[in-house]
Amino acid sequence: MPYNIHFPALLIVLPLMAAPLCVIVRHSFFSWLIAVVVNICVVLFSVSLLLQVIDGDVIRYTLGGWAAPTGIEYYIDTLNAVLMVVISIISFFSLIYSKASIQAEIAPQRYYLFYTGWLLCLTGLLGIVITGDAFNVFVFLEISSLSMYMLIALGKERKQALLAAFRYLIMGSVGASFILLGIGFLYAATGTLNMSDLALHLVDADQSRTVIVGFSFITVGLLIKSAIFPVYSWLPNAYQYAPSAVTAFLAGTATKVSLYVFLRFFFHVFGSEYSFAEMLLGKILMPLAIVGFFAMSIVAIFQTDIRRLLAYSSIAQIGYMFAAVSMATEAGVAAGVIHIINHAFIKTALFIAVGCIAYRLGSSRIADMGNLIALMPWTASAFIIGGLSLIGVPLTAGFVSKWYLVTAAIDSGWWSIAIMVLLSSLMAIMYIGKIIEVFCFRKTTENMKGADVKEAPLFMLIPLWALIIISVYTGINGSIVVGTAELAASQLMGGML
Amino acid sequence: MEFFALYNDWAVIVLMMAGFYIMIARHNLVKKILGLSIFQTGIFYFYVGLGKVDGGTAPIFIEENEKLTEAVIYSNPLPHVLILTAIVVGVATMAVGLALIVRIYEKYGSIEEDEIQAIDEQEQINDHNGHADH
Repeated sequence: MPYNIHFPALLIVLPLMAAPLCVIVRHSFFSWLIAVVVNICVVLFSVSLLLQVIDGDVIRYTLGGWAAPTGIEYYIDTLNAVLMVVISIISFFSLIYSKASIQAEIAPQRYYLFYTGWLLCLTGLLGIVITGDAFNVFVFLEISSLSMYMLIALGKERKQALLAAFRYLIMGSVGASFILLGIGFLYAATGTLNMSDLALHLVDADQSRTVIVGFSFITVGLLIKSAIFPVYSWLPNAYQYAPSAVTAFLAGTATKVSLYVFLRFFFHVFGSEYSFAEMLLGKILMPLAIVGFFAMSIVAIFQTDIRRLLAYSSIAQIGYMFAAVSMATEAGVAAGVIHIINHAFIKTALFIAVGCIAYRLGSSRIADMGNLIALMPWTASAFIIGGLSLIGVPLTAGFVSKWYLVTAAIDSGWWSIAIMVLLSSLMAIMYIGKIIEVFCFRKTTENMKGADVKEAPLFMLIPLWALIIISVYTGINGSIVVGTAELAASQLMGGML
Repeated sequence: MEFFALYNDWAVIVLMMAGFYIMIARHNLVKKILGLSIFQTGIFYFYVGLGKVDGGTAPIFIEENEKLTEAVIYSNPLPHVLILTAIVVGVATMAVGLALIVRIYEKYGSIEEDEIQAIDEQEQINDHNGHADH
């Protein structure tokens, strides 16, 4: 029996078991250590799984030996394997970063609860990605969301975080309930919950109204969860007021995972033919995505708080991803996946950089950050590199994903979209340029003169630069990310079940 | 009476709409959570109704004259089991929501969303003026 046969189950079970262990230990350092060790294991498991499926194989792990569709199965192909690697790496670096950053943000007696919540959230996110069972998606979605609400509200000073978490709870629960209802309708129509089995049965049930209703509910639920343009209202406050390590983790993973569920349901379960040719999902989503990345980039330009600015920029980036996916071509889906991966690393790095700045400055107002390049050279230059990547300057990861997005748009004849993507990149230049200008060319403001601003601690800089190096490396040598994304897209579009 | 034949589905629709309306229309945070709970209860009923078979019993073998009768009509247990999980999730959501409300009340002294928003805005203005004074 090969040693790695139970990796899919261990990937979920290990963080899930470690979470209560943190509560039992009740010690801030040891619970951090448990979380880090578990996270390293999770990274190794997911990399091992990715290496197993990188040739185009699919792993179908039957839990408890009950074969699907009777039992629950974990279904691992290139798309979710690569996302598991991204999630676990981002979680790992944010966790290293959190050690120092939460000292300023969370009461010491609550540290172990922070790591408990973190591990549960990681379990949920990985579970959503790995599972091949539609109902399991809902359960893991709620595990990750509930722990996320708790993590957002855990900060000791910011009372706005409480209301932000509450609003996220209401919106998130409504979204998840819609998904639950949609899955119920699919079950009513087909009598199965296994995704691959659903895909087989839905081919026969195409015209049934039950399926149409289920489709609509799942669409609305997923749009709320992934914070696309009209239903994004929970996101800016949650990102701005949460503890900075949580924001870094959340920005890199939560909305991306919802997008993954979107891809899984509409390409794998319903099939791109049904979703995009019959239900015209692309025609509905494309305008939303375009309005999203335009409007949110404009809103970002006028923000005075750097975290809020990045939050709006995140919603704009989600617009790019949806625009890419809505083309429903193989190139489009590949571009979407590339952007999911690249943006996850970039945004996490940027939020960590902002966290470092706020840690020293005690403020996240852009106006207070004058002359930061001299005061905190490593942090500020990391932010600038990340910012350039967000704009899509050549030699950065952002360039790779914009390149593939624009090429995919032109290939499928959507010239106007290619132009609009480029125009909105100009807005990104404006909002990132505004920050760079303050960093490099403004003097330290009066109320910051007294503060002892120096370089961030090494423990915060290491994860920051690790993420920046990853994103620069994938910008120069994009073949790893692009190759896996294209494989994932062809698997998804080819309907390899 | 075709209209009342699917009375369970009508109950689901009424419950969900009522819950949804409360969530949108009420400013009181506790009422919002209650609305969410009613909304989710509607979905629970939907699942329970889904598995019910007319005249069906629990999915167990019934012993008659010391012989197991095989052909028992039983309701589909799967949706019922699924919804047990969802009920637990709903309870957990409500608990987290109520815990948040307790802390919001401690910090703001109010659980009316519009009042809290007014407090936040006022503080932002004060904060801004404070910065301008420096």
